[in-house]
Amino acid sequence: MAPPANRRSGFSRRAQYTTFFSYTAGGLAVVVGLVLLGVSIARPGTFAGLRGAAADATEPAGEVTAAGRSYGKHALASITGFFTSGREHARLERELAEAKVRLVEAQAIEAENRRLKSLLHLKGMGSDPVAFARLTSSTSASARRFAILNAGRDEGLAKGMPVRSPAGLIGRVLEVGGSSSRVLLVTDTESLVPVRRATDGVPAFAQGNGDGTIRIRLINLGINPLKKGDVMVSSGSGGLYRPGTPMAIVTSILRDGAMARVLANPSDTDFVMVEHTWAPKEPPPPANAETGGH
Amino acid sequence: MPIGQRSGGAGRRNINRAPSPLLALTLPWLTILLGSMLPGWLLIASAPVLPPVGFLLFLSWRQLRPGLLPIWSGLPLGLFDDLFSGQPFGSAVLLWSLAAIALELIETRVPWRSFLTEWLVAIGLIVAYIGLCLALANLAGAGAHVGIILPQIVISVLSYPLVGRLVAVVDRFRLTPFMVVQ
Repeated sequence: MAPPANRRSGFSRRAQYTTFFSYTAGGLAVVVGLVLLGVSIARPGTFAGLRGAAADATEPAGEVTAAGRSYGKHALASITGFFTSGREHARLERELAEAKVRLVEAQAIEAENRRLKSLLHLKGMGSDPVAFARLTSSTSASARRFAILNAGRDEGLAKGMPVRSPAGLIGRVLEVGGSSSRVLLVTDTESLVPVRRATDGVPAFAQGNGDGTIRIRLINLGINPLKKGDVMVSSGSGGLYRPGTPMAIVTSILRDGAMARVLANPSDTDFVMVEHTWAPKEPPPPANAETGGH
Repeated sequence: MPIGQRSGGAGRRNINRAPSPLLALTLPWLTILLGSMLPGWLLIASAPVLPPVGFLLFLSWRQLRPGLLPIWSGLPLGLFDDLFSGQPFGSAVLLWSLAAIALELIETRVPWRSFLTEWLVAIGLIVAYIGLCLALANLAGAGAHVGIILPQIVISVLSYPLVGRLVAVVDRFRLTPFMVVQ
């Protein structure tokens, strides 16, 4: 194909200046980009307000697409369910029979738990969820793993609140806007969750890998006790995440830990629950020491 | 039957008509803005899997109609992309502007073009863009390894011709003459 048009400036002063100024403007855009990037790396929270406003503005569209996503998923599930219904029905009946027995056992354990807790005078932390909301969009074209939640300050959300689905931990609230907020998913590389093995409480850290898997790092080094199929739950140490929230299942063993898969795939969840931060920090000490003394 | 109302071919209907200047000027910008928001809406991903549609559209428009978007257009379009991309703020402004300058320089050096050369140029820019995006995210504290962007690079490179086709369709629509010339 021939060149689309002759865009050489030739001897025309005007054309030469136009070319020159357009390149200068391009160079200026690069400089502006560098400055913005420097500011956002030095002070990551600088543009949070701007991003929050943008997320608030596009939230209706995000809700529509979220509803569309969930509808499409359900339609697909019904079609596949049509083909596998007989097998599924038999399996569910079998599982129901087992579950009924387990339920009775669980009720007994719960009663015992209540009795023991009352003996110890333990008070349950306020475990009421803050809000139920939908994940409307995510940064699926970036190496970072953020999602946008369609609830913000209007529903009482605050920075740091853990977000979970019925299946397990999803992430935590990172930036709060007026009617939307930004969630750091547990698969992000900057997310670090203190966890323990569900069965015996082997402590570890769960760090996201950025590609949907989780790296489990044991705290006590030595013989690696983890096995394939172990379920890790959040331990609640250091605050923030409520203890006992299911988080990941171990898929392969490494020398000093394991690789794991998240239990709550954020793309499979319609609604998520925002909880209060676990064990909020002590109120800061009063400004002058005299009043704090008594 | 009056001549004006006769149902003729497309050419007859186009006589005395001109494309809407508003549509012709704004449609490229609008498609790129929409492309910046699109990947986020499609799925809640736990890995970078979708192509950076906004950037692909930006490249495509610049390759199809060099000079339609000014060189500095990376500044406003990149700012908008940064609001939704999740990258450290300013990375799209920087990288889109650099890509625009690089494309402009390549076009003045190699004016003759074909599907293959355009795709090759775009492949180079896409790979550089996704790689630098990861580098900038890591600079801002992410610490992700290179392996996670490989699927995204493959998907982006393969979807680029489709994006180009889409841009061509939008371009035809943009220049459809339907306003009656007074």
